[in-house]
Amino acid sequence: MIYIHLFIEFFRIGLFSFGGGYAMIPLISNVITTNQWMSASDFTNIISIAEMTPGPIAVNTATYVGFKVGGTFGSICATTGVAMPSLLLILFISKFFFTYKEHPIMKNVFKGIRPVIAGLILSSAIIIGKSVLFEHESLSFSGFHYMTFFITLGLFTLSFLKKLHPILLILIGGVLGLVTGFIF
Amino acid sequence: MIKTYLELFRVFFKIGAFTFGGGYAMIPLIEEEIVSVKGWVEKEDMIDMLAVSQSIPGAIAINTSTLVGYKVAGKLGAIFATLGVILPSFLIISFIAMFFSKISDSNIVETIFAGISGAVIVLIFLAAVKMLKVAVKDVLSVILVVITVLVVLFTDVSPIYLIMFGGVTGVILYGVMK
Repeated sequence: MIYIHLFIEFFRIGLFSFGGGYAMIPLISNVITTNQWMSASDFTNIISIAEMTPGPIAVNTATYVGFKVGGTFGSICATTGVAMPSLLLILFISKFFFTYKEHPIMKNVFKGIRPVIAGLILSSAIIIGKSVLFEHESLSFSGFHYMTFFITLGLFTLSFLKKLHPILLILIGGVLGLVTGFIF
Repeated sequence: MIKTYLELFRVFFKIGAFTFGGGYAMIPLIEEEIVSVKGWVEKEDMIDMLAVSQSIPGAIAINTSTLVGYKVAGKLGAIFATLGVILPSFLIISFIAMFFSKISDSNIVETIFAGISGAVIVLIFLAAVKMLKVAVKDVLSVILVVITVLVVLFTDVSPIYLIMFGGVTGVILYGVMK
């Protein structure tokens, strides 16, 4: 039964991927090829669609693969499958987390973890910046996206001058992209 | 209580609809909506929840929504928040899968996306600055930030080991310093 199969495969992906949606991509690619659900080029196409549309990469990819393999109900099965392990695990550890968070030892644990999390977010800003501004992620002038760079610089200045809601900043970014696309 | 559930669903639906580029890009939105606007979670709690989200398997976006939902309104809260964050993607992708086979070929979509990715860089950077303000209190925390950034940029070590390293360092060094 394809629906149960989709659910189980995506449940396994959700359960065994550490490090978020991007870490899932190789796992999903593997599942697709072993089950012969899709061709490699179709999968590359899915990744670019998943990146260009809002929402978690994991959900986007699961929904798309599920739909192509088993229609609307297939996409429901795959998406539920990929989200279910998180939901169950969090429900399981939440009580523990909120109960012992204030314990002196746990306080020290989190004092040590917080700088790591801040560092991870900072690194991700650098990595995403590099991949967006440079063609093929190599640091050279020939593949430098000047337009995106100036838009980024402009948005930086704007957000320093005035505190803007993230959604507004994204909309402004999209409009600036569209406008520069028409001019240049 | 039903009002809280629906509010969680609404806020996370909004977050899901405007998160471009994966879990990290969601942090600025969560921070704005959950910490600043709604006041559901304290700044320090938020960063600790992000730590938990990244230490367990699964998509960071889903983990974070589930955890915040649980914190605000228990088990049902977790379910409503998770449904909220998933639904926009589900609807948009289903629509695309039904009617298009490719969207990335269009020039217009590409230029819009170039602008949006510029905004995403700014947002993640600003979220990092906010988190640094909460996390950096002394020399040790500065060292931990520097180590993390260097390891992530120059090696393939999984973030989970860095989180474990931070936790162990915290217990040992802050425990000793007391």
